[in-house]
Amino acid sequence: MTVQHDPSVYERIQAGEQFQELRRRYRSWAFPMTIAFLVWYLLYVLLSGFARDFMGTKLFGNINVALVFGVLQFVSTFLIAWAYSRHAAAKLDPLADELRTAADSRDEVGEGAK
Amino acid sequence: MSHETLSTILFVVFVALTLGITFWASRNTKSAADFYAGGRSFSGLQNGLAIGGDYMSAASFLGIAGIIALSGYDGFLYSIGFLVAWLVALLLVAELMRNSGKYTMADVLAFRMSPRPVRTAAGVSTIVVSIFYLLAQMVGAGALVGLLLGITSQAGKIWTIIAVGLLMIIYVVFGGMKGTTWVQIVKAVMLMVGAALITLLVLGKFGFNLSGLLGDAATASGKGEAFLTPGLKYGTEAQGIWGKIDLISLGLALVLGTAGLPHVLIRFYTVPTARDARKSVLWGIGIIGVFYLLTLVLGFGAAALVHGKIDKSGNTAAPLLAQEIGAQVFGDVGGTVLLAVIAAVAFATILAVVAGLTLASSSSFAHDLYAHVFKRGDVTERQELVVARVAAFVIGAVAIALSIFAQSLNVAFLVSLAFAVAASGNLPAILYSLFWKRFNTAGAVSAIYGGLISAVVMVIFSPVVSGAKTAMFPDVDFHLIALSNPGIFSIPIGFLCGYLGTILSKEYNASKYAEIEVRSLTGIGAEQATGH
Repeated sequence: MTVQHDPSVYERIQAGEQFQELRRRYRSWAFPMTIAFLVWYLLYVLLSGFARDFMGTKLFGNINVALVFGVLQFVSTFLIAWAYSRHAAAKLDPLADELRTAADSRDEVGEGAK
Repeated sequence: MSHETLSTILFVVFVALTLGITFWASRNTKSAADFYAGGRSFSGLQNGLAIGGDYMSAASFLGIAGIIALSGYDGFLYSIGFLVAWLVALLLVAELMRNSGKYTMADVLAFRMSPRPVRTAAGVSTIVVSIFYLLAQMVGAGALVGLLLGITSQAGKIWTIIAVGLLMIIYVVFGGMKGTTWVQIVKAVMLMVGAALITLLVLGKFGFNLSGLLGDAATASGKGEAFLTPGLKYGTEAQGIWGKIDLISLGLALVLGTAGLPHVLIRFYTVPTARDARKSVLWGIGIIGVFYLLTLVLGFGAAALVHGKIDKSGNTAAPLLAQEIGAQVFGDVGGTVLLAVIAAVAFATILAVVAGLTLASSSSFAHDLYAHVFKRGDVTERQELVVARVAAFVIGAVAIALSIFAQSLNVAFLVSLAFAVAASGNLPAILYSLFWKRFNTAGAVSAIYGGLISAVVMVIFSPVVSGAKTAMFPDVDFHLIALSNPGIFSIPIGFLCGYLGTILSKEYNASKYAEIEVRSLTGIGAEQATGH
């Protein structure tokens, strides 16, 4: 896998305003969200270990807090996945497409990376 | 007709179907991109199903239902960790890897760094993780066959393992990624349909009243309300504070392990673009999430309906439930049919997962170690593929041999070790190389070996190996650590080693980081689908 093209092309793209905006949009969404769902998950694990009386509280019938909390982890996972796909389609994909089209038309990188 | 006969017939049908697919795929598997990445021509939905197929192993199907049936709520903890883990893959890894890599995990690391040491490290850790996981599945196959097909003799079990091993070798050697992916898709559909059918029957039996089902399960278990709250199996009060730390450690390994599992990572290369990789993870999350919700009903249903009959490991909970609910709803014949279906699905599951693992490890051996380390890249695609196929054969043979001698090993031990090693050895290196500008060769090598070695060493000196009644060697005691899962220490050690290795080395290549950052986010220069 030898790379023949001049690497400075990538440095120019990287320094460009458009790429910096793409990078910002990606990181400012993905990083805080990762921290958020990990904290939310660890909260669940910690409560399962240390707050069992609370987790055993019955809400309705035999459905207790532990079960609802667990199902909420599923719900939050589905929601975050869906929200990410929306965010990526609306905010990331168009910018990435523009950058890729521009790079292809200049023919600086395209095939060179193969 | 007995359920054993019917199971065998159904299983033979599955094998015939998948072998047919494999030989069809082999005619279209010519280039390296075909063999390693299925020509990158699978759709998001297809690969999403295959992700589900790869991930829903016998351990998560029979194992989680079994833990819930025996220990109640605690089995659900596993499902949650396994599912949430996919968000790490979706948000941080899948698309960026698809854009910047080619065939293996090591491609992404070697991109920025001195390739030989990094590929060696990544290749070693890929093969270690895959072999532990592979052994767990094969040992599980041996144990299951006795229960499901009525084969109880030692020789019968060994022949079953050999048969499973030979089939997986055929799938991988001939079908490559294309054949293996189709096997996963067929299996995922079978598994979902089977699990959904039994779930519906169980819920129907309880008048779709979940609370009633839970109440009956708690009563039948003899443990009462404790059955519905965490703490019967993991981090019990009797184990004290270390038990609870162990629970957190397990939780961390589960949530961070998935995005470092080699057979999961190579799935992202089977689609044409990063966008399809995203779609496939979305489908995967949906399929796996629904499946785990089904296992919750299966587990509590088994506790309520067949509690006294389940064996100690819990693996028979789902098959016994299938038999019982089938008999209750459709009469004895119905019970036989459903049991046979579930048994056949369980075998299909084992077969598909072992094929995925064999592919991951043989790809890494041929592409990383042979082509780039031993031959320094001076190798034709043809030669590399011959080596990949030979490696699949050898790894399959080694796995067969090891699992015959490893019959007494605890399956959960092997799986948790695979997850802990993936989270400690692979994930730090992957995340650093995608996101940290300063990261370098020394950092990558120390992250992988640091995480890998600390995880393995901690397991060797844990109560899983010695000093406990349930240990691998119950008669000796050299355990030094009270934790059975090393994650809480070994994952931070992996990250720390990567950090220290990086800052202690002067190597730093800004233009290479620019390249991987631009490529990973935009898809410029990404590998194209070969298409068919």
